[in-house]
Amino acid sequence: MSKTIEAPIPEGPIAEKWSNYKAKAKLVSPNNRKRLEVIVVGTGLAGASAAASLAEMGYNVKSFCFQDSPRRAHSVAAQGGVNAAKNYKNDGDSAYRMFYDTLKGGDFRSREANTYRLAECSASLIDQAVAQGVPFGREYGGYLRNRSFGGVQVSRTFYARGQTGQQLLLGSYQALLRQKQAGKVKLYARHEMLDVVIIEGKARGIIARNLDTGQIERHGAHTVVLATGGFGKIYYLSTLAMGCNASAIWRAHKKGAFMANPSWTQIHPTSLPQSGEHQSKLTLMSESLRNDGRIWVPKDQNETRAPGDIPEEDRDYYLERKYPSFGNLAPRDISSRAAKEQIDLGKGVGPLKNAVYLDFSRAINEYGKDVIAERYGNLFTMYKKITGIDAYREPMKISPAAHFSMGGLWVDYELMTTVPGLFAIGEANFSDHGANRLGANSLLQACVDGYFILPYTLQNYLADQIRIEKTDVNHPAFEESERQVKDQMQAFLNCKGKKTAEEFHKELGRELYDKCGLLRTKEGLEKAIENIKKLREEYKTNLLVPGTAGEVNSELEKAGRVSDYMELAELMCLDALHREESCGAHFRAEYQTAEGEAKRDDENYCYSAAWEWTGNASAPMLNREPLVFETVKPTVRSYK
Amino acid sequence: MKIKLKIWRQRDSRSKGEFKEYHLDDVSKDMSFLEMLDTLNIKLIKQGDLPVEFDHDCREGICGQCGVMINGIAHGPLKNTTTCQLHMRSFNDGDTIHVEPFKAAAFPIVRDLKVNRSAFDNIISSGGYVSVDTGQAPEANSIPVTFEEAESAFDAAACIGCGACVASCKNSSAALFTSAKISHLARLPQGDKETSTRVVNMVNQMEEEGFGYCTNTEACQVECPENISVLNIARMNYEYNKAKVLAKK
Repeated sequence: MSKTIEAPIPEGPIAEKWSNYKAKAKLVSPNNRKRLEVIVVGTGLAGASAAASLAEMGYNVKSFCFQDSPRRAHSVAAQGGVNAAKNYKNDGDSAYRMFYDTLKGGDFRSREANTYRLAECSASLIDQAVAQGVPFGREYGGYLRNRSFGGVQVSRTFYARGQTGQQLLLGSYQALLRQKQAGKVKLYARHEMLDVVIIEGKARGIIARNLDTGQIERHGAHTVVLATGGFGKIYYLSTLAMGCNASAIWRAHKKGAFMANPSWTQIHPTSLPQSGEHQSKLTLMSESLRNDGRIWVPKDQNETRAPGDIPEEDRDYYLERKYPSFGNLAPRDISSRAAKEQIDLGKGVGPLKNAVYLDFSRAINEYGKDVIAERYGNLFTMYKKITGIDAYREPMKISPAAHFSMGGLWVDYELMTTVPGLFAIGEANFSDHGANRLGANSLLQACVDGYFILPYTLQNYLADQIRIEKTDVNHPAFEESERQVKDQMQAFLNCKGKKTAEEFHKELGRELYDKCGLLRTKEGLEKAIENIKKLREEYKTNLLVPGTAGEVNSELEKAGRVSDYMELAELMCLDALHREESCGAHFRAEYQTAEGEAKRDDENYCYSAAWEWTGNASAPMLNREPLVFETVKPTVRSYK
Repeated sequence: MKIKLKIWRQRDSRSKGEFKEYHLDDVSKDMSFLEMLDTLNIKLIKQGDLPVEFDHDCREGICGQCGVMINGIAHGPLKNTTTCQLHMRSFNDGDTIHVEPFKAAAFPIVRDLKVNRSAFDNIISSGGYVSVDTGQAPEANSIPVTFEEAESAFDAAACIGCGACVASCKNSSAALFTSAKISHLARLPQGDKETSTRVVNMVNQMEEEGFGYCTNTEACQVECPENISVLNIARMNYEYNKAKVLAKK
């Protein structure tokens, strides 16, 4: 039976809820902390900051990542910046304003109290990162510098050149290794989590595979934290790292954790377009380029002239035309959709007609090449490396690409999933961004979850576990999990079909991008579900995986991840199909205003959809968490 | 393009490795080097062979996980570029390309082109951080850092930890990697307090991991994708000597 679920929210006005929670949360005395074990899976900003902070408090932490070092996690690739309501610019910023921007940016589909807390904790994050030695951009006098980002009217973005994610991650990675040195963290790099183990209804450990030896290992703890990131890689072509995957959260889902709003994926407007069939990933160009770049397509779909030869009157600067007040800095979902509209009209540019121009000629004329080089030099260099084209002389070609998962494991105010003792933080959970995330809020959420929220909420949970003995890894639940994991891998190897996991993934990705990407329709989604089911059946009989399970085998790793994608893809389509409204990144063609903007239906869909695994990927159960707006009244989201 | 590949194949650190020859007939100039290897791997798998194992993740040049020797040069012919950002347009039709792992005693081979670089993590663990716990931080603007200090700290902090410096050095020294972290933190008021203990611990750890000594050939900076300066090594030596001298007082 479908249920209504609730996340208990602390009492008081929105600005006092988190303080009220902290004041009343249970504590664990330092003596008892030494006896408690915590598993943290993932070492990106969320995972590393949580593991380091918990170890500093005195807990025994086991930290896992599939990469060869914790420093490789994909937080490293974030370019633009991190938001914080410091109001250093004296431009009227505050926690409340940041909360409102984030809520509106998400098209009023996130939980008020969580979103407020994100804004409230943002200032402490900047303090923490600066203390760790993160070299943020500075003014000449020595104070911190800010810039502006899409969807807001203040300057609250802190940045470290175009490598903010890298620098923040190195800060938390170093904090993590400091605790490793202190003996409070055990590091398991090149280990992939393959299952969560549940004993007496609580998460008590994981099954992991050592990717260097193929050995299956059992790890026990008093609680398990998943900080395993997003699953945009399900679209095959995405801005994510090759190894990013949904397996940890999907396997947790199959053990009882609900998945919320899985179809809400942010498609980033400024990525490099696909250049051919061989392509393995799409490279993101920072949103900051839209500060000075103008986006356009030729007015004529049969245009054959080089961009420089097309006169002004034959160009359509469609963002400036459609959204005069935000122009080229319209939020990501809106900009991506507008680009798709032009490409679908046949006005796309480039050999595959799959891109739009991002033109700097006016900015170069106005400010000079040197100023543009100072602002974006590294991005222009990267563009040239990848495409061979000099963007100072000819416009860049950009295209939308799958980027961020707003959806993820459903969590309550304490960031705990529906499985007691199983927490999800960072992009792996669904909580703060609603149906669209604002730029520079992703690094922030990962850090705030790990440094400032989980240390309180996890402790509140652990306070009731101090009498529980160390987990026995010989418990039948571990035996059973291990057996299932091994059987599945053996089945992949025994299949001996004709197509590699990669080839299946490409097909799945194309289907999903076409029908459950920027634009969704009932008809398209139903067709996609049919095709995904067929592909999933074929996967069982026609998969080709070389080698064995007892050795380095990256093909076997992929086979497991793609197998999970095959199920998650259907859930994404079901989620998109059931939501008969448009909101944020979820755009159903049937539900739009006369001007072609997203049309929300607050009467019927003002909830988060929390899907429950039933044993059948085609028949998940829908549970609803109603979204209650006490502080803010949802309005029509307009950037015109 | 037609490309002939000679790739180092090795089962594990204990086995003997050898070059094996492969041919690809349909390589596009727009492919990245790693996408060319992907293409080879699909071909190998379909023939019933084991694919070439290599490390990679972000494919944007920032995670530092990829890295192989291409015709004897770490990350290949293009300057200041990681292997994943190298494209086949840097090669010509008919070229023969030698591909080997980053070789160093401190980087044991896991398989084929994959090496274990956990020695780098151990160096950072020995002191590459500021000793501040979550919650202890003062207000961010209470410690001004000048524009120049922040920029020069960033230049060192930009290191991606790929290991090209070690692979390019005839002594397999990790001096550039280690010194980049020491300089990054020493240039900031937050990090400078611990410089003397940090530098001694990190230099000791570097030796313990089996990296060689630096003899100032400066090959490391030439091959570094982030163009990390060898002046950091000078800074490390200066800080090390200063710490040793002060310790004697």
